[in-house]
Amino acid sequence: MKPESGFARSPDPAVDPLTGYHPLPIIVSTTPQLSFEKETYTRTIGMRTPAWKSIPAGLVGVLTAIGTPACARRGASNAPKYQSLQIKGSDTMVNLGQAWAEAFNKLHPEINVAVTGGGSGTGIAALMNGTCEIAESSRSLDQKEIKQAEESGFTLHETVVALDGIIVVVHPANPVDHLTMAQLREIFMGEIRRWRLLGGPDRPIVLLSREVNSGTHIFFKEHVLRRGKSKGPEEFAPSALMMPSSYAIAEETAHNENTIGYYGLGYISPRQKVLAVAKDEHSPAVAPTIETVRANTYPISRPLFLTTRGNPEGIVRDFLDFVPIK
Amino acid sequence: MSLLPRRIREFVIEKLIFLSGIASIVFVALIFVFLLREGVSVLKTTSLGGFLGGKFWYPISSPAKLGILPLILGSLLVTAGAVLIAVPLGIAAAFYIAEVAPKRWRTPLKSCVEILSAIPSVVLGFLGIMILVPFLRNVLNLPTGLTAFSGSLMLAFMALPTIITISEDAINAVPREYKEGALALGATHWQTLYRVVIHGALPGIIAAAMLGIGRVFGETMAVMMVTGNAAVIPHTLFEPVRTLTATIAAEMGEAAKGSPHYFALFAVGIVLFIISFVINLTADVLLNRGRKR
Repeated sequence: MKPESGFARSPDPAVDPLTGYHPLPIIVSTTPQLSFEKETYTRTIGMRTPAWKSIPAGLVGVLTAIGTPACARRGASNAPKYQSLQIKGSDTMVNLGQAWAEAFNKLHPEINVAVTGGGSGTGIAALMNGTCEIAESSRSLDQKEIKQAEESGFTLHETVVALDGIIVVVHPANPVDHLTMAQLREIFMGEIRRWRLLGGPDRPIVLLSREVNSGTHIFFKEHVLRRGKSKGPEEFAPSALMMPSSYAIAEETAHNENTIGYYGLGYISPRQKVLAVAKDEHSPAVAPTIETVRANTYPISRPLFLTTRGNPEGIVRDFLDFVPIK
Repeated sequence: MSLLPRRIREFVIEKLIFLSGIASIVFVALIFVFLLREGVSVLKTTSLGGFLGGKFWYPISSPAKLGILPLILGSLLVTAGAVLIAVPLGIAAAFYIAEVAPKRWRTPLKSCVEILSAIPSVVLGFLGIMILVPFLRNVLNLPTGLTAFSGSLMLAFMALPTIITISEDAINAVPREYKEGALALGATHWQTLYRVVIHGALPGIIAAAMLGIGRVFGETMAVMMVTGNAAVIPHTLFEPVRTLTATIAAEMGEAAKGSPHYFALFAVGIVLFIISFVINLTADVLLNRGRKR
């Protein structure tokens, strides 16, 4: 994968440019608090509450952590009384991270876990800048990031924690209910411009995409537009609207009959219609569900990662050990 | 003996005032130098013509396509739309508040205008996304409500307080004698307003409009939320556009330091800086010409 992610120019960890720019109460954020109450962990959930409720549906079978050496120090027992853990990154995973953080906090009330979104690249950049301990990422590290980490004197450690399907959504009134991968490719490259050509009404197609800082954007481009060849020449049509968050795509899709958009499985809601996707003309169209993603029959699915600096230790280790859901 | 400390004191104070005076010049110069230093490196990857005139903006592809023509046109279009809405409305509102409204209404009206300017742009953008965008799509039957026009409307809102406040001050500053003279010659109130007062206040009104334009051009948040951010060359106001400011805001956090994308964003900053500078310079020139007359 080749996105040019790396060091974000955000000297102040508290004011990350990207999260700062995210307009709506989309960014679900928690602030570490040093209060002396028992319940130290608070979270503010904005407009995402409905999506949050649908998390279990979005969460797919959890794989075990990759290569976690036994020599890592267990630091929780003799840790200082209040500690904080910053988790940052993929918008797709921010709700999932919240759920983990909340459950983790019940076991370890002395550790404040703060989870923020912003995009996979933002999270990895923050990890390398040292402004977060764990990056949530919906794509694997690219060569540049690995090299940059080496130059700074550490390695990045990826752990697969879940599988995610990327769903393609349209307005509920749209009669189209399935598409092939080839059709999706032509739609998002701007070659098919009207719903009529797909058996829908005679309306223009409005493309909704994420911004370039999104792991979902890059995955969709490489997997659907470039048919798996990450260096291909294909691009999103210039006319594709770049939305600042998955929430913004969901909102516009729920209101506008012309739109087609994509985002992680976790955002499924009855306000949008989820399309079934066929691998090619001869294959059956498969609707994205937990089962089809796990069985790898749904064609657009990917692993989700938690990325850390070096081998995780201390509370980071504790969190990673906690995460896999049985 | 008592002279020396006083002299030193005066010397120190003088220099301090001098420093405060040139501080803004120094800051502007430093900002420009910094932008220039980071931004010119974009010319390693693309020619000046290819950067300013290129029609495609795919900053993270390899090789990256770094053409900012759609972004420049997007910014200009949104600004032009906002100016067309805000300038006539703002000037009319200023005249109403300064000359027409009953005296007891003036203070509350002015306060309301000032409150308008205190609304954060994110809040305006939020209202835009929830209310204006769906409304425009339904009423105008557009493919999407996320268009340059939505951005123009939002920005017009944000520029109005600036334009109204400064125009109103300019109108109030017109010497009383002018008005009294006109009325004494038998001109009606309306004739006095549009033949006499407006001429006296013109430099101030132009300055107000220019400051409004400056505000609109540099605004980021509200625009990013409602214009759709598609980097296409726009043909009408009713298409999605991507502005220079929104591009920097959306992509800066992600650009790898030292990559063509990173330098290109700084170069976009230079372009923004230069355009704002030209707007302000025009305002100054117009103002001076107005004064001489």
